[in-house]
Amino acid sequence: MKRSHLLLSTLALIALLVIPGQLKSHGIYLFTYWLIYVIACMGLNLTVGYAGQKSLGHAAFLGLGAYCMALMLKAGLSFWLGLPAAALLCFALGWLLGFPALRVQTIYLAFATLGFNTAIWLFMRNEEWLTGGTFGINNIARPSLMGLSLQNNLKYYYLVLFMAALLSLALWGLLRSPWGRAFTALRDNPIRAESLGIDIQGYTLLAFAIGAAYAGVAGALMASLVQFIDPAPFTVEASIMMYLMVVVGGPGYFLGPILGAAVGVILPEWLRFAQAWYLLIFGAAVVMLMIWLPEGLLSLPSVLAKKRHSKEASRLRQEAAKLIQPGEPA
Amino acid sequence: MTDFLQLFFSGLATGSIYALAALGFTLLWQASGTINFAQGEFVMLPAFMMLIMMGQGLSLPMSFAVGLVLSVFVQGWAFKRGLVDPLFKFGMMPIVVATIGLSIAMKNAVRVFYSAEPKPFPNVFPDTLFHFGELTLSATDLGTFTMAIVLVLATQTFLSRSVTGRAMQAVAQNSESASVLGIDVHRMIFYTFAINALLACAAALLVTPTYLAKFDMGASLGNKAFFAAIIGGFNNSRGALLGGLLVGVSENLAAAYISPAYKDAVALLVFMVVILFKPQGLLGQKAERKV
Repeated sequence: MKRSHLLLSTLALIALLVIPGQLKSHGIYLFTYWLIYVIACMGLNLTVGYAGQKSLGHAAFLGLGAYCMALMLKAGLSFWLGLPAAALLCFALGWLLGFPALRVQTIYLAFATLGFNTAIWLFMRNEEWLTGGTFGINNIARPSLMGLSLQNNLKYYYLVLFMAALLSLALWGLLRSPWGRAFTALRDNPIRAESLGIDIQGYTLLAFAIGAAYAGVAGALMASLVQFIDPAPFTVEASIMMYLMVVVGGPGYFLGPILGAAVGVILPEWLRFAQAWYLLIFGAAVVMLMIWLPEGLLSLPSVLAKKRHSKEASRLRQEAAKLIQPGEPA
Repeated sequence: MTDFLQLFFSGLATGSIYALAALGFTLLWQASGTINFAQGEFVMLPAFMMLIMMGQGLSLPMSFAVGLVLSVFVQGWAFKRGLVDPLFKFGMMPIVVATIGLSIAMKNAVRVFYSAEPKPFPNVFPDTLFHFGELTLSATDLGTFTMAIVLVLATQTFLSRSVTGRAMQAVAQNSESASVLGIDVHRMIFYTFAINALLACAAALLVTPTYLAKFDMGASLGNKAFFAAIIGGFNNSRGALLGGLLVGVSENLAAAYISPAYKDAVALLVFMVVILFKPQGLLGQKAERKV
């Protein structure tokens, strides 16, 4: 990590620690909501951005995590048991969802995951005995830690912030490790990766499973934040939106999900009164972005640098051409 | 048995609409490698164009005719020039993401500028019922099925018999050799987009009376069309017809005999079985993997 990066992350962390303390309760709620989506999108960024698997079913895992937590709390189990349980459940199901990816790629895979999302959503909506159907589950409790209640919005925010920081450090570590390198190799050229002895089947499944586990944790945190869940936030549209968040931020950029989730969650929640207008502009902006910056917002610096380089190179070429022009007096 | 046949035939009517949307989808894919996530919205928009014109006092056939022209202009020409052409060089995924953005923008544009409420739409077919023994079929189901099948077959005949159609197929198979043979590749690709726009407008005419005109009416239709296209075989336009009918019929049967609540999962189930055993689709050809 460069020194400037370290400085920036420290500054961002201080801002995230201080700012919500100054906000009203809805502001704190929005920040918490955003961080939850950041966690979920970090997982999706691993699956989509680093490992290159087109997954359009991520909201299903968010929902599975949320329902897992809600049902465990209703059964009288602890929040601190629900969190790893949600992660494990999603890890296992994400692993299973990886299997179609071994057979089909790109757009076929996108539709397989999209269909998986539909199936999970139908299950949440139809199996009323378990999930409460469209009425959902309400009065979900917030946790307490060593006798200290996290009922308060700000305290819960700090818990979510802590989890987000922890999980992003874990992802950072994973991406630096040989495992992380294997994921990007899988994305860039699966056949070559295989010929280099990378177990591409194992890594494909793992990319799905870890990504899903992140969404599971995010969902579990979401259940306790909103204190009410129904199937509505876990539709196929939500998955597509999460995919857009990753793509808009910059797939394969570590900080992409932070930016993407801000555009995809904070702005629409904040501009709720003008939601249709916001979505109209958002949709059009996505089209523009693909035309001008297909690698996402965070690719802007490198695109600018590339432009500067090519300009510089063409200037040098021109000067060189002048120097060797024939017939000119030296 | 009568119940079964009843369900089977009304499933065919729904399926033929899926086939119509799926056919345009596969044509775009073959000609230009475009996966159009806004395919459902391409059916929704002409429905509202026709509603607006009928609001201006035009008759249904007149509005349909104007709708066809507008649809070709907006969803054929403007879509190709504005979105697909500039993105073509980046490969498949940026176009996919851009069409997702387009579908969100189209839905919400209708919501902002027209209405978020569902609007009724006049039916082209009369309300009469036909009785064949114990079987009862509505004129709407029969008419929808006939018209959709005629359109699909007419498109296929055009593609396989006419000179232009064969040129379009040549472009879909190998655009470089096609251009060497003197075929205007860009024009042929535009024709494909125009056909897709025409089919979408026709689908709007057939489907809107039952679905009602609503800004999000395209979502489930688009989804089913994708699944139908992949089930039938993405690189084969006959596959769209087979896939569409298969999805429509099995959905209807499953809703009656298994559970109506899980009706939407049927297309997914068929899709999963097909890609598990034949990833290229029932009628598709295998594609090679390249390094």
